[in-house]
Amino acid sequence: MEFDFADEQPKLLMLMYGLVAFVVVVGGLLLLLDVVPAWFAKRREAQLVAASTSGTPLPRRPKQREGFFAFFFLLPTLLLLAVGLVVPAIRTMLLSLMDGSSTNWVGLRNYGWMFSDDSIVRVLINTLVWVVLVPLVATAFGLIYAVMVDKARFEAIAKSLIFLPMAISFVGASIIWKFVYAYRGEGDQIGLLNQIVVSLGGEPRQWLLESPLNTLLLIVIMVWIQAGFAMVVLSAAIKAIPGDIVEAARLDGVSPWQMFWQITMPSIRPALIVVAVTLTIATLKVFDIVRTSTNGNYDTSVIASEMYNQAFRYGQNGQGSALAVFLFILVIPVVIYQIRNLRQQREG
Amino acid sequence: MAVFTRPRHAFVIAGVLGLALSATACGTGDDKKSDKAGSAECAPYEKYQGNDGKKVSIYASIRDAEADLLERSWAQFTDCTGIEINYEGSGEFEAQLPVRVDGGNAPDIAFVPQPGLVKRFADAGKLKSLGADTKAMAEQNMPADWLKYGTVNGTLYGVPLGANVKSFVWYSPKTFKEKGWEVPTTWEQLITLSDKIADSGMKPWCAGVESGDATGWPATDWIEDVLLRTQTPDVYDQWTTHAIPFNDPRIIDAVDRAGTILKNDKYMNGGFGGVKSITTTSFQEAGVPVTNGKCAMHRQASFYANQFPEGTKVAEDGDAFAFYFPAIDPAKGKPVLGAGEFVVAYADRPEVQAVQTYLASGEYVNSRAKLGNWVTANNKLDIANVASPVDKLSVQILQDKSGVFRFDGSDLMPAAVGAGTFWKGMVDWLNGKATAPVLQGIESSWPK
Repeated sequence: MEFDFADEQPKLLMLMYGLVAFVVVVGGLLLLLDVVPAWFAKRREAQLVAASTSGTPLPRRPKQREGFFAFFFLLPTLLLLAVGLVVPAIRTMLLSLMDGSSTNWVGLRNYGWMFSDDSIVRVLINTLVWVVLVPLVATAFGLIYAVMVDKARFEAIAKSLIFLPMAISFVGASIIWKFVYAYRGEGDQIGLLNQIVVSLGGEPRQWLLESPLNTLLLIVIMVWIQAGFAMVVLSAAIKAIPGDIVEAARLDGVSPWQMFWQITMPSIRPALIVVAVTLTIATLKVFDIVRTSTNGNYDTSVIASEMYNQAFRYGQNGQGSALAVFLFILVIPVVIYQIRNLRQQREG
Repeated sequence: MAVFTRPRHAFVIAGVLGLALSATACGTGDDKKSDKAGSAECAPYEKYQGNDGKKVSIYASIRDAEADLLERSWAQFTDCTGIEINYEGSGEFEAQLPVRVDGGNAPDIAFVPQPGLVKRFADAGKLKSLGADTKAMAEQNMPADWLKYGTVNGTLYGVPLGANVKSFVWYSPKTFKEKGWEVPTTWEQLITLSDKIADSGMKPWCAGVESGDATGWPATDWIEDVLLRTQTPDVYDQWTTHAIPFNDPRIIDAVDRAGTILKNDKYMNGGFGGVKSITTTSFQEAGVPVTNGKCAMHRQASFYANQFPEGTKVAEDGDAFAFYFPAIDPAKGKPVLGAGEFVVAYADRPEVQAVQTYLASGEYVNSRAKLGNWVTANNKLDIANVASPVDKLSVQILQDKSGVFRFDGSDLMPAAVGAGTFWKGMVDWLNGKATAPVLQGIESSWPK
């Protein structure tokens, strides 16, 4: 294969434009973020200096104007939230009460379909399995790892090893794991898992075809990605436990087991909740892994991927919207719990 | 907070540089004029002229190498008429097109490979019916069978463009010659040959239905091809229009017959594993073992010629070639299953109509065919412009007036079935589920 630069010139030029545009935009933003506050700070400084030299009290900013400023800064966010979130949410709810082509009202038929169609019930069960297992396993794994490597010799290296998968996109990770699960009927196995099975004297299997095992194997991918996140947050929380508490416990002669349950766990409880809630929401939305690995075939579909299929591929807007609304309802309690928790922490 | 003192200089320099570059970019390019308009080679395009400098956007699922050929195929048209065609191909075409149309961002023209989708847009009032010129051109050049698929409620919306023949079985003429096997011409011979090959230790068939988002479609082609052979074309039409249920006993019978090959461990799946490996083998890979002696036959459409490894001689005496998927009762004629895409328009500006008319013309189809790997049902196509032997065979079959032609059934059905439960159902079926419950599941998913 020859690579002719002259042939590729338009593409390379395009690439260069892209790079330059990126630098211009990002650089411009950084510049703005740097210059504008600096200018304000300088002005305020000058005012302060002027006030102190002349002996007059500093001019106070009127309260009303501050409120106006706050509103002015909030306005774009409010607008974007309305356009990007509130309006679509209301529209989706309305669409979920209409038929596939969004022309006739059908009442709650789409919701009835969701709970009566065998394949969709399967989807709901799968989602439940995901939501129960991923936060539980990923948090547990992250916690154990964080406790184990805490103050160990190669802590930084050990932590980066677990954290690395976080840098890979869900799609990339799924492709990697698809190779792990790959199957060859004849000849050498290219899949790691099957090669292990074969070298132990077993028969290669088509892992992703066997339900319900395949759902569990997909969950492994998500845990692989997210355990690093859990580990990092929990490790930081463990490090933040005040040294005197630990020392006092040591002096009282607690066992490592007691130390973990009596000191570490209560201290990092807020961090644990944040991790679990974040992972739960991420898991409810899981789409890329399923779509990349099995495309929802072999009984592995989850709500988000089925919603996409129904609405965008099969032209069943009503059914897709009903699934979306259901997903929305599932997320609400988690979010409420999270908000209440944050509030309690702030008060306490 | 003056962290960026040094980098700031870099940003400023980069910014100035970027502006300068984009300014020069705007200065050059984009002034194509039809200076050739009056020349002799532009004579056939005279009737499309008068829209100089206008732009027409086309959206389709054709990408990469084929898209390059597509853009080259209308190069002369754009030179001579001054109409600029902006082509965009997308792998997510089927999902994105409705989103774009509903979002008020419809392309001027789309190449839709599913008559079911054409109907959906026509019913929703989004499509423009064909202009008088385009309609006349289409009716003159295209077989009535094909026009029927672009017609919704008596109005012609889609002009057929490319076509492919699906009723082909790929094999290796070299291997067949070495082993002394004959190309079968009846279903019985096909089965006898399969048994003979299986007994010789080679797997007679290979198949693969993995196709990313569209996993399962190659299996639906199998069912459709077999149904056309076990039943009359009328039953086929009733099935695709849901006049008979999806799990009618005649359909179950056809699926079971396809299963005697597809779900037969003795026959399947050359080089890939057991029957279950069909669902995880990509359709692009599936037929390749034909060329290395791991399997003998692979039922797939004419376009599969492009999938063989580089250096494979695709010819009647080469490494790979195709024979007609045999009829069960030759007395009933030779049914042909095929597919193709339809040119539909979301705008009716004069330049859009000009492009649409041109795409239905003999000039266009011959210009595209000369670039290779392309077939159409358009009868203005000169077979001398078709180079590949398989394409030649396809054109002969498509232009055969006595042949019974039927369009790919899953493309005719509503997307929820044709691109949804039918594909999924086939995957479950190949994965071990019995015929009746699979078809029952598909039947119950048919949109009411």
